[in-house]
Amino acid sequence: MSTWMLTGYVLMWPALVAVVMAVIARGFIREWLEARREGRDVI
Amino acid sequence: MDSDLVQFGAITVVLLIALFYGGTFFVSTRIAKKRENADGYMTAGNKIGFGISAASMTATWIWASSMYASATSGYTYGISGPIHYGLWGALMILFIYPFGKRIRQVAPRAHTLAEVMFVRHGRSSQLMLAGSNVVGSVISLMSNFIAGGALVALLSPFTFLQGVFAVAGGVLLYTLWSGFRASVLTDFMQVMAMLGAVAIIVPAIFFAADFPTAFTTGAGNLTDQQANFFSSEAFLHQGAPYIAAVLAYAIGNQTIAQRLFAVRQDLIKKTFVTATVGYGAMVIGVGMLGVLALYLGLEPLGGDMNNLMPQMAATYLPMILLVLFFIMVIGALSSTADSDLSALSSIMMADIYGQNIAGKEKADPRVMLLVGRVTMVLATAVAVALASFQMNILDLLVFVGALWGALVFPVIASFYWDKVTNRAFTTAVLAAVAIFIPVRFSWVPMTGATGLIVDVLAVIGIGVVLGLMAFGFFGWKVARVVAVVAIVASAPFAIGFLHDYATLSASLVAYAVSTIVCAGMSWRSKARFDFSVIKDRVGEYDPEDDDRQLTMPVTGEAVADEAMATEPVAPHNPHGASTRRPDDDQNPQPAPAGAR
Repeated sequence: MSTWMLTGYVLMWPALVAVVMAVIARGFIREWLEARREGRDVI
Repeated sequence: MDSDLVQFGAITVVLLIALFYGGTFFVSTRIAKKRENADGYMTAGNKIGFGISAASMTATWIWASSMYASATSGYTYGISGPIHYGLWGALMILFIYPFGKRIRQVAPRAHTLAEVMFVRHGRSSQLMLAGSNVVGSVISLMSNFIAGGALVALLSPFTFLQGVFAVAGGVLLYTLWSGFRASVLTDFMQVMAMLGAVAIIVPAIFFAADFPTAFTTGAGNLTDQQANFFSSEAFLHQGAPYIAAVLAYAIGNQTIAQRLFAVRQDLIKKTFVTATVGYGAMVIGVGMLGVLALYLGLEPLGGDMNNLMPQMAATYLPMILLVLFFIMVIGALSSTADSDLSALSSIMMADIYGQNIAGKEKADPRVMLLVGRVTMVLATAVAVALASFQMNILDLLVFVGALWGALVFPVIASFYWDKVTNRAFTTAVLAAVAIFIPVRFSWVPMTGATGLIVDVLAVIGIGVVLGLMAFGFFGWKVARVVAVVAIVASAPFAIGFLHDYATLSASLVAYAVSTIVCAGMSWRSKARFDFSVIKDRVGEYDPEDDDRQLTMPVTGEAVADEAMATEPVAPHNPHGASTRRPDDDQNPQPAPAGAR
């Protein structure tokens, strides 16, 4: 593998991690706000 | 200790640990109730939303060992190493979600898989699952405490034992009162910290260690196999045994089952897919640190591969990012440890007290909560003791892995095939474990006919594993085709040499034997199980503050259903036909006094 391909191969995982983090955080915040509106615990 | 490594001072590490566990404890107090609900303590009422469940599934699947092992795999097998650790582990989350949907359909309000097996088959099947999980979770707890102790010893002036006690005390502190509810809520915080840390730390080390230039200057440190993305060595030594092992782990482990029973039923697919990507990206990402270490020609401190990842962090990260790294590892091990405590408490509450001591109708929710909390304290004490003595538990771990491997087919078949009997289930598991052990530990010379038989069984095992994966998504017809094609395609390559790989062939043999015995005995059976009875017999223990109690059978019906558990006729059979199970002689469904 070329140097640039190796660089992309190593750094794509932390980028993907950041995307998943955003998806989970967005889901949690929505549920938390919904629970707050309804006056109940998020869990 | 290498003088080049950055270390925390005593005050810094105390503050970090106090901040981490103090923060998680504070969050758990926000959801604590004066009188906790027993079902909430086990599965949070079976209605968790996407954000928390996806975070919790990801956090539970990632334990400290998975990060260390992925980095080790990268260092040992080169650029494909982390893929052969992380990708297969991630895909297993994906592959079990169709089974998860079926399990929830059959038992929407269960707490443990073993509890469902009790209704489906009887006590022996239940106790096999419950017992393997008790041992597995104690080992996992111990392993996470050891990882915490090792991290503290490496990065601070404190000793290994002090680290073990700090981590064990911290995890118990925030999990004890609210159980599973605290576990999953704090998992969200912990997974955010872990994912955030990986997103920052991996690129930071990458550039601090002079990559991408080091890819050129360090290329000579790699062998041809290590430099090859399609390395057969990496697949045969790391990837293939891991595929077989993690499928067993995913199906058999209560920490996963507990989250499956906790998430809202319509969110199962979304949760599992997100956890698949999250786990894969995080573990492979951390594994890349091992690949970078290989290019750099770094030698692990003291020859211990577990030092590799902390060593990379301590060598290349500034203090502020080292703090982030420390939180990442503590988060990973704590999230799994609290899941293990919750799993253990659920098993003791539902399987031991609820079904085998008090009986479902007589179980007192307050006693259940006490059982759960006492279990957590005792399990923590046992795990700390085992970690302190650093006992060699490899054989025990191998045995639990074998038991879970042997359980995969019988458990899955029990949810789809009405002919599977308790006798078939139990015989299949025991036979598979009995054959697994001598193969795994090479007690029998793998020469001549023995080697050939093991190879043939292992090839059938390949068909079983791939067939099961296909079955979950595409059904029985496609699964049969996949299994046959896998067997025919792999036989010419595998027969004659697979027995040389003891770990891989033993796992595959366990799958093959349990499948052959379970399917063979069930095929002849005239039993028909009515799956609809499960949802009535496995439900809430503590429904008083849950509005869904209105959908539960009234007491009289529930008692009648319980009584039916001892009867051979399925209560919901619309035709009233006899559905006597031939295993009833083996499955007396022992009725606790007064329960039936």
